[in-house]
Order: sequence, then structure tokens, then C-alpha cells
Amino acid sequence: MIATRMIPDFSAPVHIDQVGVEERASRFTKRSIKNESKLNGLMLALNMIDLTTLEGKDTDGKVKQLCYKAQHLHDAYPGLPTVAAICVYPSMVKTAKAALGNSGIKVASVATAFPSGQAPRDVKIRDTKYAVQNGADEIDMVISRGKFLQGEYNFVFDEIAAIKEACGPANGGARLKVILETGELVTYDKVRKASDIAMYAGADFIKTSTGKISPAATMPVTLVMLEAIRDFYYKTGKKIAMKPAGGISKAKAALHYLVMLNEVLGEEWMNNEWFRFGASSLANDILMQLMKQRTGVYQAANYFSID
Amino acid sequence: MATTDKRLEILKTYKIYIGGQFPRTESGRYYIASSNKGLKLANVCLCSRKDFRDAVVAARGAFGGWSGRAAFNRGQILYRIAEMLEGRKAQFIDELMKQDASRAQAENEVSLCIDRLIYYSGWCDKFQQLFSTVNPVASSHFNFSVPEPTGVVAAIAPQADSLLGLVSLIAPIIAGGNTCIVLAAHSKPLCAVTFAEVLNSSDLPGGVVNILTGKVSELIPFFADHMDVNAVVYCEADSSNQKMIREKAAMNLKRVSFYDKVKWAHEEGQSPYFIMDFQEIKTTWHPIENIGGAKAGY
Repeated sequence: MIATRMIPDFSAPVHIDQVGVEERASRFTKRSIKNESKLNGLMLALNMIDLTTLEGKDTDGKVKQLCYKAQHLHDAYPGLPTVAAICVYPSMVKTAKAALGNSGIKVASVATAFPSGQAPRDVKIRDTKYAVQNGADEIDMVISRGKFLQGEYNFVFDEIAAIKEACGPANGGARLKVILETGELVTYDKVRKASDIAMYAGADFIKTSTGKISPAATMPVTLVMLEAIRDFYYKTGKKIAMKPAGGISKAKAALHYLVMLNEVLGEEWMNNEWFRFGASSLANDILMQLMKQRTGVYQAANYFSID
Repeated sequence: MATTDKRLEILKTYKIYIGGQFPRTESGRYYIASSNKGLKLANVCLCSRKDFRDAVVAARGAFGGWSGRAAFNRGQILYRIAEMLEGRKAQFIDELMKQDASRAQAENEVSLCIDRLIYYSGWCDKFQQLFSTVNPVASSHFNFSVPEPTGVVAAIAPQADSLLGLVSLIAPIIAGGNTCIVLAAHSKPLCAVTFAEVLNSSDLPGGVVNILTGKVSELIPFFADHMDVNAVVYCEADSSNQKMIREKAAMNLKRVSFYDKVKWAHEEGQSPYFIMDFQEIKTTWHPIENIGGAKAGY
């Protein structure tokens, strides 16, 4: 496919209107959302979450607990959707896969020497293969930001393509999310360029951040990436999914992102096949808001499971 | 440049106090506070339930730090609040007089407030000793009970005694390590907002005390039913409101205090029992090896 497609010249400069993007992004936070839409939006957002634990101190027990939580978000509220996926380190994929059974919840694994990505390519490929072979449905890779900032765009492109290959059906097959780590790319121009490189190199998702660097996902950065997806779709006819991750911990913020998604990419993207939230504490806040809508009473965190 | 006789008056904007900040109400609404003679005193924020919600978030956030401080340090900070109030006496007297108090009444009320803060400042690291116990038990355990702060307290300040009532409510709540949201007297809100400025310059961490202005009837259901509030205080005798508070508070077993009979200007307006209204008792069983060896009875 790629061979027949026009691959643009990535060394050409990209210009994003910073003021315009920030202004536009701030508009999405000012939409009036009526109660019923809010309820549907919260349910949808819950269903789009990649419930995440990426700590050095993660244990089998912690991952099992998170998998249980994914399947029983709040039993006092019947009829809730589940989250989309559990996101863990490669060493925890087997545990998560077993704990989730046939619940339909996917297992996403970070790979390629997450979060820094500072490792040789063969190590990254082995890391990826290990996760896929253990049953990961999705791989969250990080790009080599150092190389990208040095201007070695071909290196970054080739690396993504190589990881994509490692995710291929030969090893079990997984969708590839490419983490740009926008907090380290700093400018919108670079975010847009990295998005384009990732999509042309074969990414299924583009994702803002690892969650280890601040700032993580912001509305303007996500807007730039959504517009990159839109332009890519018009050029190639191929849909790419989006995952903002890190720093989205409030239900209200999640609704703002959904408004943005709907207005930039439209309804076709409004499901967890094409949009995800990478978050750990967002689920509980959404649950609290849902319970608030149901009972009419403001909720307290200590009536919900621990993140 | 020639000075004119009539200088343009600079009027203060009375805003609310949430999380150590002075925002306006998110609702954008306001009401006019006026004196008995109908003189307009200020435009005051007419807070909504969402301001209350934000204040609870701020209070909950501040609880860990405030309750974790040394009791002695809390005492120092209460003393500091008294010092700050002392320095701004004149402003409070002025505001009380605008709100229909005589000069003598106003001076008396402000002095009482300062004394009350000093009183509770002293109690901060002493009430625990008075109200904790070592309990005799029949097994080889050292068993003791100590008071611990209950958490976030939502209080509706008395409509009379707009300053003294407010201070007399806040002081024992925070002396015991709680954080609070207080709704100021509706018709006399000026001193409450100025008191927030005193708090803000007194080493008191943001969020420990949050002060809102607005309508009691609008906000009272939310004070009573918010699940993240641990205690609720109401100072009027209105029995239907009291009943409603009791019912809604039952949802998460809030502590409920009604202070409708308290005369704040009298001796009965201050007592360590006001601190204890917002404390939980924690009992600890600590195993010990040989209880007889020390010839102790417990």
C-alpha cells in the first residue's frame, strides 16, 4: 500500500497557526450540553477509556485488580459499558489477558523501550514481538524524539514501519498506536509533522503522550493531530484513530474532547474503534458524574473503587 | 494639578473565597446588599450550587494537609488570624455600622471575635487531652480513644451576628483540623468577605475555609446532601429546614449540628464542645506483653 502512495517530503517546513489553533480549541469548551446528551457523552467517554497502569512498581496483583475494575466499574449502576482496553507494560500482558478472559476488553501494551524510547531498534522490535506474542491486541510505541528533533525524519519513519511489521499477522496481529510525546516536541509545527510521519509509516492510532512528561495531552495539541488525521483521510481515504493520553482526569474535560472530535472528524469517529482516552483516574470521575446525574446528589470519591 | 473637593469613590468588589482564591460566582449572578434604611452597600455574589461544589472540592483537597499539621501549628495560625483581625478592626467596625450596628455594638462585636479566635487558638492542642481516654479492658491490650477531625464541614452562618456568628462557627471547626465551606449571612455579607481577606493573609492554607454568599433557601439542600461533606451546621430555628437537613444528611451519615439557641455574644458562645461537634472518636487496641509486670491496672 505504502509503495503506491505518495509519501510527502517530510523535510519541507510545516506551518500551524498557533493562535488560531488555541483559539479554536478553547471554543470547544464553551458548548452547552444538555442533560441527556451529557449522559450519553459520559457513557461514550467511559467506553473509550484505556484504563492504564504504567508504574515501575506494577505487580500481577495490581494488574489483576485493574482488570477486575475494568469489568466491574461500579456495580451499583447497572447497565454501564466497560472500558475499551487495559494498558500495561509488556511483562504484564499475559496476566491482563488471563484476567480479562472473554470480557471483550482489549489488552494494550506499551513497547519499544517505553517511555524514553532510547534503545536500539532490534531491542524495540523484540519488545514489541514479545508483547504481541503474549496476546496484546494493541501496541503503544514511542517515537525516537531525539532523532526527530535532530531532523532525522527517515529514521523515525523507518522505525515506525519496522514496528508496524512486528505487529503484523505473522506475530499475532495488533493495532499500532504511535506516541508522539508532544510535550517534548514543544511546537505545533513539530506535532503536525510527527503526526504525518506516523500516519504515512503505518500507524493505526496516533497518540499524544506517554503520561510521564508534562504537559501531556492538551486540547490544542489534540486538535492539531485530529486535523492531521482529517487531512490524511481526505488524501488517502484511510481512517486513523486518535488517543489523547495523560492529564485528562475530569469528566468535563472528556466531554470537551468529544465535542472537538465530533466537530473535526465527525460521527464516524465517535466510538472506541477510532478514539480512546489514555487515563487512570478519568473513569472514576465519569462514574461520579453519572451517579450525580442518576441520584441528583454530588458524589464523594470514597464511595468508588480506588484507581 | 488642582484637587477637587469631591473625589470619585472607589468601591470594593465583594467576591467569594474558594481554595484561597477570590473568584466571582460561576453563575454570574449577584444581589444587592443594603442597609435597613435602603442604602445600597454592595453588589454581592449570588452563589449557585456549582460554586458550592467547587468549594467542596477545594475543602476536600485541603483537608489532608490541614488535619495533618501539628495541633500546635494550627493554634499558631488561629492566633495569627486574630492578629490580622486586630490590625483591620476599623474596617470591620465600619462595615458593621454600614449594616445598621451602632458604634458601640460594632466595636464590641469585633473585640469579641478577636478574643474568640484567641480562645480557640489556645484549645487547638489541648482539647485532645481533655476528650481522649485510656480505657480499662479485660485483655492484655493498651486501649485508648482519641478525637480526630471528621473532614469537610458545610456550615450556614447565623443570619444575626453576621461577623461574630461566622467567626464563632469557623474557629472551632478549623481548630479541630477540619476544613469548611461557610455560607455568609444573606442580608449582611460584607464582613464575611472581608474576613476572607483576613484569612487569606494569615498563613491559613487555601481551601481550609471557603466562604460563599447567597441565598440560604437555594443552597441548603446541597449543603445537606453532598456526599463528600461530613458534617453540616445550621443556626436558625426553621423546623422544616432542620427536618430536610436531617433527612438528606442521613444519606452519608453526616454529623448534624443545629445552633439555633446559642447566644454567640455570651459565654455560652464558646466552648471546647463546639470543637467536639466535628470530631470522630478513634479507639485503638494496642497489644502488650505482660500487663501485670508493670503493676498497672490497665
